[in-house]
Amino acid sequence: SRRQMLVVDVPVLGVFSLVQNTSLADGGPMPNSPSSLVNQYRLEEEEEQPGADAKDFFITVDNPESHVTAIETFIMYRVVTKTTRSEFDSSEYEVRRRYQDFLWLRGRLEESHPTLIVHPLPEKFVMKGMVERFNDGFIETRRKALHRFLNKISEHPVLSYSQHFKVFLTAQELTSHRKQGPGFLSRMGETVRAVANSVRGLRSRPEEFSVMQEYVDHFSTKICSVDKVTQRIIKEQREYLDELRQYGPTYTQWAELEEDLAEPLKGVADCVERCSQETEEQIQQLSEVLVPALHEYVLCAETLKAVMRRRDNIQAEFEAKNEALASRKADQDAEEVDGLAERVEVANTTLKEDWSRWQKAMRTDLRSALISTTEKNVDYYEKVSLAMVCSQ
Amino acid sequence: RMAEDGKEDNFLMKPCLCGIKMVEEGCTLLRRMEICVAEAEKRSGKNAVNMQETFTVYLIETRPMDALNEGRNPAPDSLWRRYSEFELLRNYLIVTYPYIVVPPLPEKRAEFVWHKLSADNMDPDFVERRRVGLENFLLRVASHPVLSNDKILYHFLTEEHGWKEVVYETGFQAKVLQIFTSAKEVIRFMEMKHYSDELQSHTSQLLRARARVADRLYGVYKVHGNYGRVFSEWSAIEKEMGDGLQSAGHHMDAYAASIDDILEEEEHYADQLKEYLFYAEALRAVCRKHELTQFELEMASQDLISKKQQREELATGIVRTFSFKGMTNKLFGQEAPEQREARLKLLEELIAEGEDTVKEKTVECEEHVERAWVDMQRFKEQKDKDLREALINYAVMQISMCKKGIQVWGNAKECFLKM
Repeated sequence: SRRQMLVVDVPVLGVFSLVQNTSLADGGPMPNSPSSLVNQYRLEEEEEQPGADAKDFFITVDNPESHVTAIETFIMYRVVTKTTRSEFDSSEYEVRRRYQDFLWLRGRLEESHPTLIVHPLPEKFVMKGMVERFNDGFIETRRKALHRFLNKISEHPVLSYSQHFKVFLTAQELTSHRKQGPGFLSRMGETVRAVANSVRGLRSRPEEFSVMQEYVDHFSTKICSVDKVTQRIIKEQREYLDELRQYGPTYTQWAELEEDLAEPLKGVADCVERCSQETEEQIQQLSEVLVPALHEYVLCAETLKAVMRRRDNIQAEFEAKNEALASRKADQDAEEVDGLAERVEVANTTLKEDWSRWQKAMRTDLRSALISTTEKNVDYYEKVSLAMVCSQ
Repeated sequence: RMAEDGKEDNFLMKPCLCGIKMVEEGCTLLRRMEICVAEAEKRSGKNAVNMQETFTVYLIETRPMDALNEGRNPAPDSLWRRYSEFELLRNYLIVTYPYIVVPPLPEKRAEFVWHKLSADNMDPDFVERRRVGLENFLLRVASHPVLSNDKILYHFLTEEHGWKEVVYETGFQAKVLQIFTSAKEVIRFMEMKHYSDELQSHTSQLLRARARVADRLYGVYKVHGNYGRVFSEWSAIEKEMGDGLQSAGHHMDAYAASIDDILEEEEHYADQLKEYLFYAEALRAVCRKHELTQFELEMASQDLISKKQQREELATGIVRTFSFKGMTNKLFGQEAPEQREARLKLLEELIAEGEDTVKEKTVECEEHVERAWVDMQRFKEQKDKDLREALINYAVMQISMCKKGIQVWGNAKECFLKM
């Protein structure tokens, strides 16, 4: 069947009681009452954006400035946070952060919540067509994406409570914090385990996650295609615009030769000029609204794949230890196996929750970008049409 | 009559128009004679058809240079000439020295006027400017190494009465015919030629640019067709978004398909422009015909001149210009009188024929320009009407295209809203 059931019903309260009992690498304080959290969560399920009072973070990323040191040159962005959350000592913070700091934050979030869908960051390097790293357009695109990243995190019911997130937003100096917590070695260990487990393979993946995996794979291809098609449209529009700019003047030049015919010729020249202006705006809309939105979800698709892999690894690790226990090999600790089993449960549940949330956000975001594009195109034709009518 | 002091000083101060030449190459007449056009006066009298007319005459003053160089200040010799006599002199020079670039005269009539008021030939400013121009003409001619030696020029400057008869006696008019045309004719012809060239250039540029634009627009529309395919595929994996994506995809397909009809219609517009591109070619053909007729006339004229020269030589025995016949005669002795008579008779016949041919060609030329001009006006009216209509239709086409676009994208928006 064309449509596949992806949403799985999960008792809301159950999730958070589980979350509270499991020790997290994250040391942050949890929300006080489950009911208040439930209310917040329910609001987020609505189609519209949560009202102003439900939103307790206002974060902006702006003011990119070049920093030059002996070793390197990089950009620092200003991050301003306004919050009503009681966990924060103040209601307003201003810090300066560089791209690496964002990378650090995201890394820690993923590490602490391996099966939550953490919004992607803009890419480190841009492959095609960029000569200078610090080209103005590049910086602006990156700034917007970083802004979106922080806002997405701030809207997440779990990630927004992360201690790392708080530190990122508030600490004047981030470098000292970056050295704390489970470090390089533990991450290495996890990677090794993951590789070992993947070699082993999964016993059986629960149906719903197979379905999810399939969706993720298809979605990834489709969203990439839409992105590519859009880039192609921009390219064609640009070439069309170049030709229009040559076309208009042929009417103007001819008009100089004529008497009675000069007026209608000039009229057409003006219309073509108008058309050029509107086409330029169209291209701008595509480049600044639709492409960034599509691109974000291209990156999200990669994130989803990673999340699914991590979930699989958690399951694989449990299965491995469980088997070892069952075959009475080498002193396998039963308690450890229980812990891992629970870990699998938590991973699956959190993923399912976040999956549904992600899907909603994806629909909202892409719908909005697509609608904006259609509106711009209607606007384009209306304006050009008007110019033609006037010229008559 | 004395020239005004100012003018005299001006003349002496003014560098001779071929100043260096006068000193170095020894231009004859101007070295011997100081020339100026001192004054202008209105006259009235009866013209050739016994009608009363008003005209301007110009005073030409001359003084011998030797006297001036010796420090004496003799009274100048002077005579009055009107513009038509200057014209006659110039025509004579053009015909007699066809290989010389003969200095031009100032305008006969005030053309290219900015203020309607000074279109009057009697306007004092115009007369003054003309006086200066006529003097300039005389100075240039009198300082020309070849032209300055001419006897007719000398008579023009020194013999008031009977000069015209002397000029006509040279028989130069036989050579005149229609080698020069009126300024109006020349301008008209040039305008026509210029217009046809420009029209061809502009229409072809426009058509080329339009074709490139159409090509690009085709690309834009067709690429949107990919949205149709991808949205459809994407809709297969989505639940809530499925229907919206699917129908939006259909609209994108429709959008991509719509360009074919749009561009097909535009071809009609292009065809209308092409017609006038080819019309421009036809216009140019008319201009070429004129040039051809002019050329034929000149050939006929040249032929006639040469025959008349031959007749003159035979009749008088005097060889004016170099010819092989002349040389052979000198080398091998002259022919018998009977042969000469026969040749003369033949020549007379040929000359009579030649004169008829030239008359015919002249009329042909004049008529051609006249008729071409008339048809040009008709053509312009037709063109303005046709192309105005074509341009309006083009705008209508574009509006229709926009309406389709509004519809498609409006529909797509509805689909996305429902997602």
